[in-house]
Amino acid sequence: MSDVKISIRNLEKSFGRKKVLDGVDLDIEKGQSLVVIGGSGTGKSVLIKCIQGLLTPDFGSIKIDGKETINTSEINQKNLHAKMGMLFQGGALFDSLSVWENVAFSLLENKKTPRNLAKVEAVRVLRQVGLAPDVADLYPSELSGGMQKRVGLARAIITNPEIIFFDEPTTGLDPIMADVINDLIIESAKGLGATTLTITHDMASVKKIADKVAMLYQGKIIWQGTVKEMEKTENPYVVQFINGCAQGPIKVEV
Amino acid sequence: MVSKQIENFLRTLGKPLVLFVISLGKLAFFIVKSTYHALTAPFYIKNFIKQVLEIGFYSVPVVGLTTIFAGMVIALQTYSGFSKYGAESAVANVVLISVTRELAPVLSALMVAGRIGAAMAAEIGTMKVTEQLDALVTLSTNPFKYLFAPRLWAGLFVLPILVLFGDIIGVFGGYVVGVYKLGFNPANYINSTIEHLEAIGIISGLTKAAVFGFIIALMGCYNGYQSKGGAQGVGQATTNAVVSASILILIFNYIITEIFFAK
Repeated sequence: MSDVKISIRNLEKSFGRKKVLDGVDLDIEKGQSLVVIGGSGTGKSVLIKCIQGLLTPDFGSIKIDGKETINTSEINQKNLHAKMGMLFQGGALFDSLSVWENVAFSLLENKKTPRNLAKVEAVRVLRQVGLAPDVADLYPSELSGGMQKRVGLARAIITNPEIIFFDEPTTGLDPIMADVINDLIIESAKGLGATTLTITHDMASVKKIADKVAMLYQGKIIWQGTVKEMEKTENPYVVQFINGCAQGPIKVEV
Repeated sequence: MVSKQIENFLRTLGKPLVLFVISLGKLAFFIVKSTYHALTAPFYIKNFIKQVLEIGFYSVPVVGLTTIFAGMVIALQTYSGFSKYGAESAVANVVLISVTRELAPVLSALMVAGRIGAAMAAEIGTMKVTEQLDALVTLSTNPFKYLFAPRLWAGLFVLPILVLFGDIIGVFGGYVVGVYKLGFNPANYINSTIEHLEAIGIISGLTKAAVFGFIIALMGCYNGYQSKGGAQGVGQATTNAVVSASILILIFNYIITEIFFAK
């Protein structure tokens, strides 16, 4: 068994009286692609935000490379972020900056790379995600949804992160574009040897990119296994979810 | 039964109070945090310059228009009021004092609050709801340093300059009405203005301007940062930024006047 990159134990997070995460235990091995599935509002995004330190959990432990990340110092947190990249659901591109300035943001602001060099690097990564160099000078509002996702991906991978998070990478895209993005995710993660954590409810995406799948339901990981195991499992929750049935043990709160 | 009614009564009374205290605490925490980050490195000079242009340069027409008409109307009103007592000669002095001490700082700040406070809250609020603030953090950049500190510094630094400009334009407005409408001798009017020019009037006005600038930027950033949900949340934040900044400007106007002029 290879070594564990991210180790989550007994993670709890509530908003008001609503307990969103209720004791999550999860291990992600180095270089592995883990996909967390689960219905809308089951706390998938909260889980990712807790790992990144964007939210502080109420209870539990998150270790990255064996080091506790919760309530760590600001400098440690910053160093951790330098190891991570994130593709946001809506892209979260800075609309006051041009595409290449978005992609090269870390280089410009943190590594103080000269602008001309940063632009060269940004154009290189943009090409890697399938965007032509002339896109570099456009602004995010001038791009289509799929292109914004690609730029977001380029921004996430330009610093060669060890861990990449994908928040619903294919949501809002047509099936073909979704598949293109899936391919890009696989390529860039394998290229960097990065550990990835993806949250999605797009089953086509799961089957394509996952080494391992975990299902989050009512604040807990109720099932985990490989894609093959997922297809064969008799766990009623998983079966209902992957087949998309309204009937079953999962009750949809209307 | 009666105790139940009292309990309900207290509950309706208590809930807004608790919410008020909570939001006061959040604001205090935000002020401390943003001040700390505004004073510690790294500093984003480029963002600061951009905000100086945004808050300062592009507000020049608004401030100019506001203060020129303020100066003009004060000259007219003073003349019509004071001529009953044969004190028309006080027009230049009254214009000078009211423009530099009160009208230029307060009216300019209120106009800038409407222009800039709203825009800031909308921009930061949109960044918040579209996860751009989270994206900043994941790119190892602190939004307090990258977004809020340059805005707070720019507000603090630019409003006095704007108000100094407003002072000049406002006094000039008074001069225009005094000379061309009320028939004062231009040389006498200017002499009378210079004679009554006092450092404390200008300094108190500029101090007010700096405080107001900080308040405008603070309310813009704070309300934007607190916004939740989508378009509606951002709209709410924008309104709150302008209303709270305007009220605070009027309150602090009184407090600063008291500090400077109360004997």
